[in-house]
Amino acid sequence: MEELSTSALKEQEFSQKVDLRIWKKLFRYALRYKGLVIRTIIALLFVAAIDIIYPQLSRYAIDNIIGKDDMGALPWFGLFYALIVAVQGAGVVLFIKGSGKLEMRMAFDIRQDAFRKLQQLSFSYYDKTAVGYIMARMVSDVSRLSELIAWSVVDILWASCYVIGVIGIMLSMNWKLALIVIAVLPPLALICMYFQKRILKHYRDVRKQNSRITGAFNEGIMGAVTTKTLVREDKNSEEFRSETGRMRKAATRAAVLSAMFTPIVMCLGSIGTGLALYAGGMSVTHAWETAFGIMTVGTLSSFISYSTNLFEPIQQLAGIFAEMQSAQASAERVITLIDTPCDIVDSDEVVEKYGDCFEPKRENWEPINGDVTFEHVDFAYKGGESVLHDFNLDVKAGETIALVGETGAGKSTIVNLVCRFYEPTAGRILIDGVDYRERSQLWLQDRLGYVLQQPHLFSCSIKENIRYGRRDATDEEVYAAARLVHAEEFILAQENGYDTEVGEGGARLSTGQKQLISFARVILADPRIFVLDEATSSIDTETEQLIQNAITKVLEHRTSFIVAHRLSTIRSADRILVIRDGKITESGTHRELLKLGGYYYDLYTTQFKEERAADILG
Amino acid sequence: MRSKKRKHKKTEHRSINFALVRRAMRGTGKYFAIAMVALVFAVLSGYLIPIVTGFTMDYVLLPYAEEGYSVSIELPDTIMEWIESLGGREFLSSHLYIMAILLVLVSAINAYSTYLRRRNIAFAGESMAKNLRDDLYVHLSNVPFDYHKHVSTGDLVQRCTSDVDTVRRFIQNQILEMVRTVIMVISAVIILVSINPMLTLYSVMLMPFLALSSFIYFKHVRRQFAQADEAEGKLSATIQENLAGVRVVRAFGQQKAEMDNFTEKNSDYKNKNQRLLTMLAYYWGVSDCFGYLQIGISLCAGIYYVLIGELSVGEMLVFSSYTGMLTWPVRQLGRILADMGRATVSLGRIDEIMSVPVEAEPGRALTPEIHGDVEFRNVSFGYEDGRDVIKNISFTAKHGQTIAILGSTGSGKSSLVQLMQRLYTCREGEILIDGVNVNDIERHHLRRNIGIVMQEPFLYSRTIMDNIRIVAPDANEEDVFEAARVASIHNVVTGFENGYDTIVGERGVTLSGGQKQRVAIARMLMQKAPIIILDDSMSAVDTETDAAIRDALHSRRKSSTTFIISHRITTLCKADKILVLEDGELVQQGTHEELIAQEGLYKRIADIQNMLEDELANDEGGEA
Repeated sequence: MEELSTSALKEQEFSQKVDLRIWKKLFRYALRYKGLVIRTIIALLFVAAIDIIYPQLSRYAIDNIIGKDDMGALPWFGLFYALIVAVQGAGVVLFIKGSGKLEMRMAFDIRQDAFRKLQQLSFSYYDKTAVGYIMARMVSDVSRLSELIAWSVVDILWASCYVIGVIGIMLSMNWKLALIVIAVLPPLALICMYFQKRILKHYRDVRKQNSRITGAFNEGIMGAVTTKTLVREDKNSEEFRSETGRMRKAATRAAVLSAMFTPIVMCLGSIGTGLALYAGGMSVTHAWETAFGIMTVGTLSSFISYSTNLFEPIQQLAGIFAEMQSAQASAERVITLIDTPCDIVDSDEVVEKYGDCFEPKRENWEPINGDVTFEHVDFAYKGGESVLHDFNLDVKAGETIALVGETGAGKSTIVNLVCRFYEPTAGRILIDGVDYRERSQLWLQDRLGYVLQQPHLFSCSIKENIRYGRRDATDEEVYAAARLVHAEEFILAQENGYDTEVGEGGARLSTGQKQLISFARVILADPRIFVLDEATSSIDTETEQLIQNAITKVLEHRTSFIVAHRLSTIRSADRILVIRDGKITESGTHRELLKLGGYYYDLYTTQFKEERAADILG
Repeated sequence: MRSKKRKHKKTEHRSINFALVRRAMRGTGKYFAIAMVALVFAVLSGYLIPIVTGFTMDYVLLPYAEEGYSVSIELPDTIMEWIESLGGREFLSSHLYIMAILLVLVSAINAYSTYLRRRNIAFAGESMAKNLRDDLYVHLSNVPFDYHKHVSTGDLVQRCTSDVDTVRRFIQNQILEMVRTVIMVISAVIILVSINPMLTLYSVMLMPFLALSSFIYFKHVRRQFAQADEAEGKLSATIQENLAGVRVVRAFGQQKAEMDNFTEKNSDYKNKNQRLLTMLAYYWGVSDCFGYLQIGISLCAGIYYVLIGELSVGEMLVFSSYTGMLTWPVRQLGRILADMGRATVSLGRIDEIMSVPVEAEPGRALTPEIHGDVEFRNVSFGYEDGRDVIKNISFTAKHGQTIAILGSTGSGKSSLVQLMQRLYTCREGEILIDGVNVNDIERHHLRRNIGIVMQEPFLYSRTIMDNIRIVAPDANEEDVFEAARVASIHNVVTGFENGYDTIVGERGVTLSGGQKQRVAIARMLMQKAPIIILDDSMSAVDTETDAAIRDALHSRRKSSTTFIISHRITTLCKADKILVLEDGELVQQGTHEELIAQEGLYKRIADIQNMLEDELANDEGGEA
């Protein structure tokens, strides 16, 4: 599924025009390695020079060894030839190695910068940016660009050197004749550019169609049962066939175009060669002596062979420019990511005193007691409707607040504001009486416990996941935390106990188990403020009990905010807030609210029935 | 995206299934044939181009050649006689444009046949890919229900897409290359041997080594590729995890640790790829050396033979030019062979899917008109593991009745209703619909007459309108609205910005679980089936809406027999008959009044209401 959305996003293009400022930024990454670039270019020049020399070697041998009947020179010739081959081999190795290094270093640097930026961007960025989109930037776009730049820098030079060298030699042989051949080059280059552009466009269509087919397979397989029950097999297959038909059409169209491309270039080239052969031949036969001067057959022969070799590098050059044009969108996307401004930034004074997220100055941090106050807080998501308006709330240190209400009422927003994952658009949030914007983000977040609806585990061992709460915790402390939330029993029942790998996103564990582990993680972190976004999905009764006990442990001595769904959690809160449309409509303890007979009463009775039925039916 | 990188279950080694290949190749024979012919023309005209220029120098212009110029092209006598008869050297040198036109002409033939070869092989490859994709899709729609429950979607999609693509690429890029290389090698070797067998030996002495070394290299480098791929997989997984867990990262203030972890993966990726590229560099460098060395050996040996008088200069030049033409294709051959190994593995993985048997008709495949009387007679059923999930169940449902089913998780509720649709076939006993055994009813006919809504329904990624009328594409909009009203989704849909044209699923709006369930109910209603099954399909719908939907359905009850799986007492109590399942057995059946009077699961569920009242009274009391 992810693959589909990613590839669909990949097709989203920004623009088609080559924007040089963007490329300059990217080329700057290459220029960090000036020495490497120069060494690679030198290696390449050697290779290019030798490539030009090769045809001369046999000519030389015929003229000087066979012509002079000099057997004694043969071993020396052989030796010289071998030497040249060795130099060329070494040149090729150095060149490819150099370009490869450049490519990988550039990719490394760009990714480092982008990832660093991702660690600082605020959640408003993540709200409107799909993970798949960022992944495509970080992985394929960066690879494509670094590959293009690393190899094209060198390729452009290579092809240009070769073309210039060959043209130079041809000009020195007979400049008039050379001009005839050169005259073919500009239209050739234009045709190449045109074709490459068209071909790339067609291949983009093919990729789009390909992701449609992947999507269709995905849907066909995931919906196979539904298709069966709806008896849609034939119709779906028919629709699929028309998709594959479109794919074949798009792919063959692209293939036909590229099948045409090289032959046309070859044909055009042969016209140039034909002209040279004719004109050169005429001058050899002295017919056009006045126009082209006298030429020997030998010269003409090597002239012709040079001119046939001229067209490939031209084709290559045109290819690179077309490639750059099509990579323009990738370049923009990567640079945009690196240059994205952060919404939540610590002021310079704050960074000065408290440090940033990579280098915190913990020694300057004040302790957190845990009083949280919302003062006339307004909040709206970017470009969205207002979620909170003039919201006020005063929470004492150690108090447990349960937030209930419908989806979209603003419960999660309140919690996220407490965490400073977002900042109020107006009003203030005070922690221990101080506006939290006067402290660094890490100051708060380092002492924050947070357990999500779908608790997120990293794909490493259970032990490492718990230790994520506090990296320097000893094994003993990890075990103690797990024991405290009664997670140890199931952990030890796993194949490798604490060293069991949890799989991607914790896939090898049940939701309940994941929650227990994330509670242990919080215990280890020992936060002052704790936030729990409770799962709506049902969990078996036994685990449910364990989780309840764990929550009780976690809530002790901390200010806690719970977006609650389970009755037992709600009932254990010191204060329950019913949130509707960004406002507190009911507030009080469980009993107080039941008496009110309002929203909470309805919620409680419905939920009670659902939970009990689920308990009975398991 | 990473699904691409996911490790496959180990595939058993399969030899090429030629029946599969033949089937995939249907309709492509013409393209392959034209491509082959074009290939021969391309190779021949490719040989001709240097001969035309060489002939111009060495024959037409020879009289003007400088002292010591050596001739490299000598044509066979028959052709020379023919040329002489046309006027020979004098004629051609005074009409030199003929040679120029000839050059362009031969190049054009070469270009055109190259074009034809590529075009046709592309048609062949793409058609074959289309055939494979179509076959896979059709096959996957027709394999039994059970198969889909046990496979991973990612793995299947990967086989249907990238494995098909691997095969296609091999056909498109490599098969003709292979043929061409073989043709070229054989014909060149024949020509060379006919000129001088001893020198031929010198001209090809390094080639087997070249082909072998590149074969070994590409096989070997695959391991390195796999490592680099793995490093890339790890790198993306690290980014993916960081992004997916961004809240956790921030909430624990772990940015620095994440950065360090990323740096480590990023370096590893860089190093592995650099190592790969270095290997590549050595391969190209070394094989370039060998290639040129081969040309050099051939040249030196040729010169030697010329000097001792066993070879003419022309023959020597022919030798070295053929050696040059042979060297690079031979180097490619090793790579082609390595690629062929990969294509074979992919084909094997496709074959694995294609050899899963499809659903069969066990009986007479009747298509009777169905009214909706259902009878289960001693039905037992178990999955392949041998444990029975349905144990000897018998009951009857009359046309127009509502049957509610209650049972705990894993009690066999879903299996029971799926047996009716013959998504599974029962092991013992029989299921009769209007007195006809379901095994004797053609399965499409059967399913068309039984509408089912699952707990987690699947919607196609198209508009809501198209989803609802997917079984009846010609239905008019008013019918769709009516079905949507019954399912209590009409008002929700009209509230969307694009109304019924809202696209749902991956490429569109994400509906909530309850909304999906209601769209699926509307879709099922469009089927106008005499039997309908709601398999816990209102679990995510709130109780009020649930009641509204049930009321609407109830008023239509005369048109169909309804089976409802639910745990909501309000739903259960209104049914004509309630079946209580425990561990695959039918432990109780009867009406609400009958069951409420017995101890059992049903009574326990019904008692929840009382528990709630006690609870509320308790809380009140506590307060007092």
